[in-house]
Amino acid sequence: MDILVLLKQTFDTEERITVENGKVKEDGVRFVINPYDEYAVEEAIRLKEEHDGTVTILSIGPSRTEEAIRTALAMGADEAVLADDESLFGDEYTAAKVLAAMVKVRNYDLIIGGNQAVDDGSGQVAVRLAEELGIPHISTLTKLEINGTEVVGHRDAEGDVEVVTATLPVLVTAQQGLNEPRYPSLIGIRKAGKKPLTHVTAADLRLSPEDLTARTEIVETYLPKPKEAGRILQGEMNDQVKELVHSLTNVEKVVG
Amino acid sequence: MDFRLDPDVAAMKETVRDFIANEVEPKAMQIEQEDRVPDDILEKSKRIGLFGISIPEEYGGMGLNMVGKSAVFEELGKTINGYTTILGAHNGIGSVGIVELGNDEQRSRYLPKMSSGEWIGAFALTEPQAGSNAAAIQTTAVKQGDRYILNGQKIYCTNAPIANVFTVMAVTDKSQGSKGITSFIVEKTFPGFHVGSVEKKMGLHGSQTAQLYFDNLEVPEENVLGTVGMGYVNALKILANGRAGLAARCLGSSEYLLDMSIRYAHERKQFGKPIFEQQVIQHYLADMAVEVETLRSLLYRVAWMMDEGMPTIKEAAMLKLYASEVYNRVADKAVQIHGGVGYIAEYPIERFYRDARITRIYEGTSEIQKNIIASRLGK
Repeated sequence: MDILVLLKQTFDTEERITVENGKVKEDGVRFVINPYDEYAVEEAIRLKEEHDGTVTILSIGPSRTEEAIRTALAMGADEAVLADDESLFGDEYTAAKVLAAMVKVRNYDLIIGGNQAVDDGSGQVAVRLAEELGIPHISTLTKLEINGTEVVGHRDAEGDVEVVTATLPVLVTAQQGLNEPRYPSLIGIRKAGKKPLTHVTAADLRLSPEDLTARTEIVETYLPKPKEAGRILQGEMNDQVKELVHSLTNVEKVVG
Repeated sequence: MDFRLDPDVAAMKETVRDFIANEVEPKAMQIEQEDRVPDDILEKSKRIGLFGISIPEEYGGMGLNMVGKSAVFEELGKTINGYTTILGAHNGIGSVGIVELGNDEQRSRYLPKMSSGEWIGAFALTEPQAGSNAAAIQTTAVKQGDRYILNGQKIYCTNAPIANVFTVMAVTDKSQGSKGITSFIVEKTFPGFHVGSVEKKMGLHGSQTAQLYFDNLEVPEENVLGTVGMGYVNALKILANGRAGLAARCLGSSEYLLDMSIRYAHERKQFGKPIFEQQVIQHYLADMAVEVETLRSLLYRVAWMMDEGMPTIKEAAMLKLYASEVYNRVADKAVQIHGGVGYIAEYPIERFYRDARITRIYEGTSEIQKNIIASRLGK
């Protein structure tokens, strides 16, 4: 089974994030594989171990993305393609166009992506890619079973489980809970350096300026307001209730 | 001069850091209290390759040079020392004898299993009457046909209860003194091999140390490591090679204590302000930082010299001496900065303080290192 994995490098959201001039400041930030994409990598490697085949990582991003790709290769992926030509960077629309062009020159049975990236959280790229390719997709999987060409996906449907069947080729996206990603082994890190990582440009992909024009615009980037300390109501229960109702309707205005 | 790490090694360090943070640190207190590393941590450590740090790639190991090994050990030093001592003893004195002195047959037989962690290694030199004076060992090895028969006792053998392969020193010709000692590769299943009970120690909880008894222990002749009569020289070589790894772990622990102390000094308020604002605390921290930085420079320079094949007996002794002394001084200041918190077993500082103490004793005491250094001054 030939599997393509869509991977984005994101900043580690567990680290302190600062915004400067409308952009997340990159100095001193740790970059990691987008955690949802890490589930995708792990699932692909497990499927390869079970069914044989290859795992290829496809990624769009600046050259620092190589670090995340090397980690995926160290975990067990076989090769990678990185679109690090700046003219290929845009929004979800252009990302799907770029990935579609990267996918079309390859053989594949299955494409796995993360449900969303933790940086912008749009959750669009993978499913847009499926549309571009004209193949079915199943999103937010917590379990994936493949027998021959039959695919059974258990998806997280707003807290419930929806079981969806499909036939290969198919694109799926990974939700938290799909698996527990392995650590890259230290030997794997040594081997990763020798695995093929190719770079592609807009010219290689033969994309038109139309395809590479973003359809959205980022107007402003800002951090959420820091959470203020809560208030603990005290005194007689009756008074507390009155105070609470008053606060909810007049001060916080959450009940109108 | 380029002090940057190879990108692969930097990636390995990062993996080790994540592994420690997610898998080892949450169980550090449990390891300390039970004096045992849970099997699942050892299994996961094997899976990510932590038992193959010193072993060449052709035998399934990482094939790292000394600089690379030191970088990985430095990262390992930042967690509970009992756990890292298991890895240190295995990757250091427990396996380097076979790596450096073993013949092709011995290397193929033992190293693949040791790099995967299926077989754990240990080193047995010290005896009741022979510690710093290693040439005074009394364990005997008498040749009988195609095998040697060993009789005697070893003490303080790190990893003994969990190890499968032991590098053992025994006297083959008493009349030759230190030139009558031979090294053997001993498997725990060889007839006549016995492991004694586990010692209770001041620190290094989780790392198990025990006595070994050889009661007509039968060792096949092909398990002689290196040349007959070269055991004493071999032992010194193995110990010297282990020194960079041990120093790197001391460095990691010292860095950890410095980081904890800086953080605590900013958090802890007395007299209406963080104690970091007291000049005396700043000076303690500055002293610690200078020593950590100096140790780092010495470590990577000596490791680089080893990789270049330069003679390093004196420098390795300086490094082992300095690393263990720095770790002890840093641990002492860390306890002082933390005050009461530094003395309470609920926090990790007192554990490092106890763990630090052994580094001035094992794998060659500070005093023996000074003897080695002095004997080579002006030469």
